[in-house]
Parts: sequence; structure tokens; C-alpha cells
Amino acid sequence: MQEDTRFGLDRKIRLLGPVRLDSGAEFAPVDIAYETYGALNADKSNAILICHALTGDQYVASTHPMTGKDGWWTRMVGAAKPIDPARHCIISINVMGSCMGSSGPASIDPTTGAAYAMGFPVITIPDMVRAQALLLDHLGIETLEAVVGGSMGGMQALSWAALYPERVKSAVVIASTARHSAQNIAFHEVGRQAIMADPRWNNGAYYGHEAPSSGLAVARMAAHITYLSEAGLTEKFGRRLQNRDAKSFGFDADFQVESYLRYQGLSFVDRFDANSYLYITRAMDYFDLAEPHDGVLAKAFARTKTRFCLISFDSDWLYPTAESRRIVHALNAAGAAVSFVELSSPFGHDAFLLEAPEMNRIVDGFLRAGGK
Amino acid sequence: MSTLRPDLAIIAREVRAGARVLDVGCGDGQLMAALRDTKNVDARGLELNAHDVATAVSRGLSVIQGDADTDLAEYPDGSFDYAILSQTLQTTKRPDLVLDHLVRIGREAFVSFPNFAQWRIRFAHMFGGRMPVTKQLPHLWYDTPNIHHVTIDDFRSLLHDRHIEIEGQWFLSGNKPRADRFANLLAQHAVFKLRRK
Repeated sequence: MQEDTRFGLDRKIRLLGPVRLDSGAEFAPVDIAYETYGALNADKSNAILICHALTGDQYVASTHPMTGKDGWWTRMVGAAKPIDPARHCIISINVMGSCMGSSGPASIDPTTGAAYAMGFPVITIPDMVRAQALLLDHLGIETLEAVVGGSMGGMQALSWAALYPERVKSAVVIASTARHSAQNIAFHEVGRQAIMADPRWNNGAYYGHEAPSSGLAVARMAAHITYLSEAGLTEKFGRRLQNRDAKSFGFDADFQVESYLRYQGLSFVDRFDANSYLYITRAMDYFDLAEPHDGVLAKAFARTKTRFCLISFDSDWLYPTAESRRIVHALNAAGAAVSFVELSSPFGHDAFLLEAPEMNRIVDGFLRAGGK
Repeated sequence: MSTLRPDLAIIAREVRAGARVLDVGCGDGQLMAALRDTKNVDARGLELNAHDVATAVSRGLSVIQGDADTDLAEYPDGSFDYAILSQTLQTTKRPDLVLDHLVRIGREAFVSFPNFAQWRIRFAHMFGGRMPVTKQLPHLWYDTPNIHHVTIDDFRSLLHDRHIEIEGQWFLSGNKPRADRFANLLAQHAVFKLRRK
């Protein structure tokens, strides 16, 4: 049998589209970078879509080509894991607006031959999902056994269930929310302002020149704090000094936590595009699944047959448990089959990316029950 | 279903096949799984303990981690055929309000609880002079989830005050059913089937 080149690692496809955007505009053509693991079964019923977070990518379970690091969710995806290429056909797609191969501000606009930069349309989370649906059409996958995502990935999973209820049998939404709060938007605005205040940003037209790395690094530093918890930071760093016995009475990174954050910022700019950061944070800030339904979240899931599993973490203050509960209440009101657990972890929002045996046990059981 | 706790076995027997059921305080989902597997029931659960919820979800059940005292208000009226509260009433902060929600959410409700007026408990209290510690209620007074002990007669009186109708009642001594007569004195457990008047 001839190999189907639509499936495999490091795929990239240009689809004619168009994607009809929430802004009213149409976007075409659409480049989509993605990976698949495992084989689609005969009745095409074992496809699981993994949705990544703000700065994530399609390399969910394979080595990142730029950092050389393992995939970002190998604790959940892999052999003998809840999502297993031996049983599932796993699809992981770089979101539209990002910078790992899917159409984004750094991509070349075929009409001008130059990078879109700020000419890229402002997109939303549902727009990202519409682009993903185009890829699934291309792959010949009508129905997903499950859509699984944490953080912004969870927003996509919720949007999938709301936009294409007939295409999603199960949705797993971890450490996520159905809307960005004022606090969420505020933190993102700090990040965006840091980027735009960097003179090298140049209204987004920095491609071919030096990128606004200082601004992007500060944005990442501010955001990174929101992914951790106070208890986690205290445990990891306390007030310990970095490679010195006494305070310098200057502005070097005296404290370990400063040094850590600077490192997080600096290593981030090597792999991420500042304009993508602007566009994706904007998409997250615009996210409010209830908004098109007169503010009634339950209406977004009216008559849904999708099964839902939500998980939150008690130390996550970015998307706290109350946000998951709000979704659960809406799903209950819509009569949906929904499960929800708040798990205990000291690691804040990032807990979903870390070792969490209870999370794996829940996701495994939930997916197996839906696969029957 | 033979392994079900006796009060759950009664409820499982009485629930109509194919019904929609909310099990409040569902634990690890034993009753829900039995109802699903033997009666094709569409069961949903609410449980406070995260580990129990995880176990229930890993059994493929739809269970939400939550608190009967605070979360029942979110469920619409009549959204289930049955709302079930087994061995949980005595652990709630406001059993009266929880009961109101049960008969609001479920067209019918099942409530089971250990009877605090059973003669052994009376005996222990009367002659021991201390809070009873029995097989059914094994906790010491300062560390017990059972913060609102209730007797069968107390429960009936609450039902009367709340205009809740008794549609069925079953009493247990150990694993064995027993007659209604002198239930408040003799029964260890009670199961009531209820409906709002």
C-alpha cells in the first residue's frame, strides 16, 4: 500500500480555504503545520485532536526542531499513555497565528511576497478551530473521538464542541476557561505593551531586521509568573540569592527567581515570534464563548451530545477552578454528560504539563469509556 | 448488583429502567455503574471527594466534584427522573435545604440514612452516657462527617413540614429488610422514596 503522505511527523499543507473569520474577513490560502501519530482505523473513529496552549506547537510528542527538547505533553501522549498512538490516530496542529509553520504574521503573504506582519487579520479562538476543521476535512476525518487541550488548548476544545458538536464525541478541557477575565486580559496587555514599547518592534515590521526580543522576553517573564503559584515559587526559590553570598546593591539578578525569569524570557525569544504573541494573546482576550449566545454559556452547548471532562488545579490562579465550575454548570444546564474534578497541585497553571498521575487516570478512563 | 450496599440495592431495584438519575454523594460511582450496567440508566453524579470522583470518571461515569450544600442550586427543576441521596443527608450542613433541592431537581427522590434512634444507639447513649460509636456510625464525635444525625421520626416530621410526600419506605437491620412496625426503634437504616406534593 502506498504511504499516505497526509499523515506523519512534521507535515505542512497549504489549503485553499477560505477561513471565514469572526471579524467578518476571509483568510486564504491557509498554511497548516501539523503532526500525526498512530494510524487511523478502518471506520475512522479513533482520531484525537490535541490542541496546544499560547506558546505551544504541533510537537506534542516529538522532539522540537529548534530547542531539541521532548514534545511538550509526553506525559499524556505516547506509548502506554492515556492518548496512545497504538490505539489512537493523534493529530496535533500548530494554531493559526502562531509561528511554527501555520499561517501567522511572520508568514509570507502570497499577494505581496512579504511577511504579513500587522497586515495579518486579527483572529479568534473559533477562527483557529475553523482552520483546524479545514485540515480534518483534508485528512478525511469527519468525527473526532476526542478533542483534548489544556489552557488555550482547552478553549479550542470548548470551541470545537460549540462550533462542530456533531464532529466531537468527547472533549477534555484542562486548566481552562470559557472566557478571559479582566485579570487575564490585563496580564496579556502588559505583555503586548512590553513588545510594542521595544523600539525594534517597529509597528510589527521587523522581519529581516532585529526582532523586538527585549519586549518579548519581558512579556514572557510577566506571563510566566501567572503560570506558577506563590507557593511553588517560594518552594523553588524562596529569597535565595543567585551565585553570590550577599546582595549586590545593584540591579543584577541578585535573586534566583530573577535569574530564572530572565532565563525564561531569553530562551523564549529564540523560538517565538513577537507578532504571533500579540495575535494569539488577542485571540485569547477576545474569547468569551457565551458572548454570541446573549451571555448564556449553556446556549453555546444546547442539545450537545458531546461528552465533557473538565479538570482544574487548586493552585491555578490564571484559570481558577471557579471558571471550570462555570462551564460545568452551563453544561449541566444544557443536559450534557459532564465530569469535573479539581486536582490538588502546588504548581499552579503549569500543573497540567507536569507529572499528574490522577489527571492521567481520569483522562484515560474518560477516553476509554467514550471509545466503547 | 449482589455486591451493592443493602440500601443501594433497594434503590437500584426501584429505579425505572432507562431513567435519568442524579446521584448526590455518589462516592466512587458504585450505584451509578450498577444502574448503567443493569438498567441502562443515564446516571450523573455529584461527589465531594476528588479521589472518588477520579475513580468514578475512570469507570466511564459522568461525575462532577462538588458539594451538595452549595452546588445543587445549579441544577434546573425536574431535570432528572430521580435524585438520589444515599448515606449523605447526615453529612450536609443544611439537610432541609438539600432535601428541598432533591425533590425539586428529581421528579422523585430516594434518600437513605442511618437511623440514630435505633435501639443499640439509644442503649449506648443511655447506659454509656457518651456519643454512640457503632459499626454503622464508627466515628468519634470530634472527627465525624456525620454532623446532622437524624432519626426516622425526625425525618418524617421534616418531610411533613416541607410538604414532601412519601411514596415508598424500606427499613433495614443489618442486611435484612424489616417491617415498618417500630422502625424508629428497630431499623438501622431507612430508605425513602419521595415526591414534592
